[in-house]
Amino acid sequence: MNFEDSPDEAAFRQRIRQWLADIGDTVKRSHSDDSYWTSLGDWHRTLYDAGFFALTWPAKYGGRELSPVCEVIVDEELARAGAPPKPSLGYLIQGISRHGSEDIKDRFLPGLINGRDRWCQGFSEPDAGSDLASLRTTAVRDGDEYVVNGHKIWTSYSDVAEWCIVLARTDPDVPKHKGLSAFAVQMHQPGIEQRPLRMINGITTEFGQVAFDDARVPAANMIGAPGEGWALAMTVVSHEREPAELGFCARYAKTVGELEDIARRAPAEVSAAQAEQLSWAHVQSEMLRLHTARRLSERIGGITHGPDGSIDKLLMTWVEQSVGHAALAFGGATAIAGGSGELLDTYLYSRSQSVMGGTSQIQKNIIATRILGLPTH
Amino acid sequence: MDARPTPEQRELEDAADRLALKLGPSTVGDLDDLERHDRLDAAVAQTGWRALRTGTTTAAMASGVEAAIVVRAFARRACDTAFLAPVLAHDLLRRGGSTGDETDRSIIVSADLQHMAVVRDGGWTDAPALAIDVAGCTTAVALVESGDGFSIAEAMIGARAEGVDLTRPVALIDAGTRCTTSELGVLSRDDITAWEALAVTLTAADLVGAMEGAVALSTEYAKERRQYGAPIGSYQAVQHMLAEAKTLTEGAASALIHAAWAVDALAPDDARAAAAVAKAYAARAARTVCETAIQVHGGIGNTWECMAHVFLRRTLLATELFGGDGPQLELLARQRWGATR
Repeated sequence: MNFEDSPDEAAFRQRIRQWLADIGDTVKRSHSDDSYWTSLGDWHRTLYDAGFFALTWPAKYGGRELSPVCEVIVDEELARAGAPPKPSLGYLIQGISRHGSEDIKDRFLPGLINGRDRWCQGFSEPDAGSDLASLRTTAVRDGDEYVVNGHKIWTSYSDVAEWCIVLARTDPDVPKHKGLSAFAVQMHQPGIEQRPLRMINGITTEFGQVAFDDARVPAANMIGAPGEGWALAMTVVSHEREPAELGFCARYAKTVGELEDIARRAPAEVSAAQAEQLSWAHVQSEMLRLHTARRLSERIGGITHGPDGSIDKLLMTWVEQSVGHAALAFGGATAIAGGSGELLDTYLYSRSQSVMGGTSQIQKNIIATRILGLPTH
Repeated sequence: MDARPTPEQRELEDAADRLALKLGPSTVGDLDDLERHDRLDAAVAQTGWRALRTGTTTAAMASGVEAAIVVRAFARRACDTAFLAPVLAHDLLRRGGSTGDETDRSIIVSADLQHMAVVRDGGWTDAPALAIDVAGCTTAVALVESGDGFSIAEAMIGARAEGVDLTRPVALIDAGTRCTTSELGVLSRDDITAWEALAVTLTAADLVGAMEGAVALSTEYAKERRQYGAPIGSYQAVQHMLAEAKTLTEGAASALIHAAWAVDALAPDDARAAAAVAKAYAARAARTVCETAIQVHGGIGNTWECMAHVFLRRTLLATELFGGDGPQLELLARQRWGATR
């Protein structure tokens, strides 16, 4: 057990620290306004081109084939510099890598990894949230193509994405989990309409809804076999629950650091309640950093796709919401009185963490039955 | 960086688990089985694990990671043998320059359990204090202020007192108890901070082990106990409580392994901060997890015969010992942004 950087890791840390110092304050931006979300594509390409994204993926797809623990270093250094976290795309890469054919991987992974192609994830529907397998979007074979009809919601980056990984029903005659297939669908076509959703903190450029009205996708863009969609979706969402894939540790540590800067400027003005919430947010954020280091270390011996991501997701949710509460304790009164609303927005945004990527209640169902082995009815 | 235990550390954990499973109490009634208790005590003595933190002033025989592994494994089975205090006493004496002394001693803490008892120069305790985890120990150590640092005092342990923890007896050290300070060593303030990092980390390890024990106990019960014609563990209301308890335990374990590594790898203040993070998280988590264990057991959980309260009681002591979540959070606030309170 050793949390110290190896010589290679120390050199890698030095490289990213220097790079972040060189680019300076240009990267600092609040994640609670629209400009942040619209600039994420640029940030992805900047980070990738500098050699600090896609660290563990095979070189043939544009990855760097570095140790999984380098991801911890990137998260720590981004937080230290106050930079945005790395793009939250690892889970899509995991899904395509595990289920896609060689042809699919060759065609789609490089652009997804290097940020030249933006992707979104079309899983949830208005009537299929937690009960994802009941989704009603259909894909019907028509020659060399499938014709897609349906309605997706909570689609992050749908406004800027070129590609959408769509989960659709291809066989209505089999049990609901078995009739689903996944496709890489080109977003810019006449049969697709994208509408933004305005979230409770006012942002409009993160989430969208996507309507498919006779949209077309080549049969060759099916990811995995017909009927393999549910398995792919489970791979994607299990990794979507891992802070290691999301880079969120950096976001939490960054907010805690900003609150500590406020406290340090006038320690005597910090109330006991604020101090307690801030310290607790730090403890939570540190715990998650160390938990992520533990999980990534477990990957040194090879990656597994198990239910443990549900534990990680629940921990991450509690962390984000503790950080949100600390932000509210420091900035709530100012915002309520009409002052700067940035900290209030951080708090408001934190409420979505117990829903996105699978609700906390769904995570608890998975932990209870698949990890603790409790019986089901 | 590699946060995984080494093969040797895995072997140590397996060995401690096996010993605890074989000789630790599996029912509340077992706590009164003195023959079992003595066999556990003798088996632990034979492993030499209480001496893990003996060594030289610059290096202990084994790191904080190994010490935490054994503490955690023993807590998982609510083992009623002295371990935490003798390990900490050995570490204190080692830092003070005392080598080759293999006597197992308890440690004396202030009556509120928050810190090591500090005796005024002259070798007399001036306030009532408490020797903890005293099973099998005849003496206990405290600190004496001496110039810029501290020396170590030793006192005979008197009558045992009723403590909250049924697995680890305590003994009162009355005001006026005679202490001796002969040749047990001198410590700087940095030495004390580094020692505190170990002490706080090992209490966090005790909490993590007890949480693991409480989760296992109540998960098994939820699989067997039936109501409305089905195991209670098949109902979401119960499942969600246990899932939350499991998750809190994993989070606490992740913070713990870092603090255990930090004890010997980081500068004293940084090791102490890592310990504060692990302890603050574990203290809050342990309260929820042990209360959940009692709730899942229903009425039986509120009776003396159910092991759930043995784990809860153990965590109440481990939480207060060297400070629970409140003092750890305050320390972090002072250290990180200069909080004045």
